[in-house]
Amino acid sequence: MSRIKSVLGAAKANGRTALIPYITAGDPNPDITVSLMHALVAGGADIIELGVPFSDPMADGPVIQLACERALAHGTSLRNILAMVAKFREQNTETPLVLMGYLNPVEAMGYDVFASEAAKVGVDGVLIVDLPPEEAGEMAQLFEAAQLDSIFLLAPTSDAGRIKSICEVSTGYIYYVSVKGVTGSASLDVESVKTKLEEIRTYTDLPLGVGFGIKDAASAAAVGKYADGVIVGSALVNIIAANAKSPQLIANKLTALLQEMRQALDAS
Amino acid sequence: MSKVFSEELLRSLPDANGHFGKFGGRYVSETLMPSLIQLEAQYKMLRDDPEFRKEFDRDLADYVGRPSPLYLASHLTKKVGGAKIYLKREDLNHTGAHKVNNTIGQALLAKHIGKPRVIAETGAGQHGVATATVAARLGLQCKVFMGAEDVKRQSLNVYRMKLLGAEVFPVESGTRTLKDAMNEALRDWVTNVDDTFYIIGTVAGPHPYPMLVRDFQSVIGREARQQVLEKEGRLPDALVACVGGGSNAIGLFYPFIGDESVKMYGVEAGGDGVETGRHAAPLCAGRPGVLHGNRTYLMEDENGQISDTHSVSAGLDYPGVGPEHAWLKDCGRAIYTSVTDQEALAAFRELTRVEGIMPALESSHAIAYAMKLAAGMSKDEIVVVNLSGRGDKDIHTIANIDGIHA
Repeated sequence: MSRIKSVLGAAKANGRTALIPYITAGDPNPDITVSLMHALVAGGADIIELGVPFSDPMADGPVIQLACERALAHGTSLRNILAMVAKFREQNTETPLVLMGYLNPVEAMGYDVFASEAAKVGVDGVLIVDLPPEEAGEMAQLFEAAQLDSIFLLAPTSDAGRIKSICEVSTGYIYYVSVKGVTGSASLDVESVKTKLEEIRTYTDLPLGVGFGIKDAASAAAVGKYADGVIVGSALVNIIAANAKSPQLIANKLTALLQEMRQALDAS
Repeated sequence: MSKVFSEELLRSLPDANGHFGKFGGRYVSETLMPSLIQLEAQYKMLRDDPEFRKEFDRDLADYVGRPSPLYLASHLTKKVGGAKIYLKREDLNHTGAHKVNNTIGQALLAKHIGKPRVIAETGAGQHGVATATVAARLGLQCKVFMGAEDVKRQSLNVYRMKLLGAEVFPVESGTRTLKDAMNEALRDWVTNVDDTFYIIGTVAGPHPYPMLVRDFQSVIGREARQQVLEKEGRLPDALVACVGGGSNAIGLFYPFIGDESVKMYGVEAGGDGVETGRHAAPLCAGRPGVLHGNRTYLMEDENGQISDTHSVSAGLDYPGVGPEHAWLKDCGRAIYTSVTDQEALAAFRELTRVEGIMPALESSHAIAYAMKLAAGMSKDEIVVVNLSGRGDKDIHTIANIDGIHA
């Protein structure tokens, strides 16, 4: 059984909503990414989404755009990130890791090389934001062969036909984008998220993670009532940005925000 | 490159999924997918609707001023001393470039689909001006995204857009040029997808944009083909057009695509010279990748990060290119080359002095290559160059180079 499946299965069995933090690898510098990943686990991360920086992050708001720029200024590459994963795995073999990013860096490495290298170092799933299932055929086969989960997005605009076909090709979990907009967007309408999740559940038993617009303990708890996992990105990246000049402070602050969210999720 | 195409294949593309061979496609996040699928369906319906076609043709005639002339540049021809050089005068269109052909078409689509707000990205500002123009006429709310670097070097066009009632948003992220403007426009679209129509200015972006922009711009080649037959009684030997994203080039090329005797030359921005790395010539020196919703040739580093581009011409300063050009290159139907900033500037001055026509810096790239090409051809051969825009917008740039600070 994949690490993602067993972790999310256990959370569900215990009535817990999984907490899924996102940080951009290499932000604010590549040397501390692995220690930040451990800090996320210390704060209660059930799964970590590790962002692969891209020069043109079209689906991201300013917070993650700047994170990409900081990471790329240090030359962070997909190969460096796979090395970070390998290093993380020396101390942690339990927490599932999902790489999240855009297609072009993967394309530059080569789909087959990426799939086998990622599986080898201990990546569990991959979410490529600009790769809808229509274009993902070859990649999905390689991921399946390498036992990597293919995580796809669903959005408020996805109609029944698309929900059905995306559920059919997804493995691990489905990432529901809670708002029309970019990462770090403002308003989150919990009622509409609830309705859409109910609709999606008529097509799949896969766990549903919800991201975009979850910025604090309150919004995590509100969405956590209906989601199997809450995904937190920009709120954490904001902490990294605010402390980029004193990176030794970042780890504890990330842990603290996640703990706050974990408590709120468990209390609700 | 060996030729692996037939007219039937060339005319059938893109396929049902928006692919031109291995290029094109639809690489966007899920939020935009339903809108793109809907746009494709609505476009295919309207494309075959005689009323829609009539409305488009009438606007092109009465508002844009089409057909644009095909002008025999006899003085330039004489000076070069080779093939006859004809200029397709897109610079004489309303708003001063070919861009308006497409914005008329897409704004009509927006109106029929019922979207009250349009957005656009722009490099040199010509597409932004053309979008602001049609938005003003149809009463649509309009926001134009423009790299902060380009806002500086094309200040006249920025002011034109503002006069037309558009909001101009200077994009400060990334390299602050056209690619970043496109990123920001995509971010706006994903946020306002319910009420907003994204008018993409070139034959790039996710399917169906490369197809529909090509279709709207093909009026250039249809007219040119008919005009050259009327004037010369035969088809030209070569077509030449500049290629940034490639909309004016595809507009000229596409109606000739089945005429095997007609060679097609796309001219990219060589900047300081392709060998220096400081250029904007992905077809000449890039490799296939995925950016802005389609697979195409890109300028990128070994890790797949998009590279900075360099060109004196803001409209060509883009690291990608329309996927149909990538396909035409690989299958051998069109030939892609580049000229440097210096060559383009020299061509700007040459055409201005011998014909009294001031070309846009983008179009100057096509003129520069056409002069080289024609020089090596015989006097009974014919070259048609797309003079895609007029050079008024570039006078500040030229004056700065001349040390005049107007």
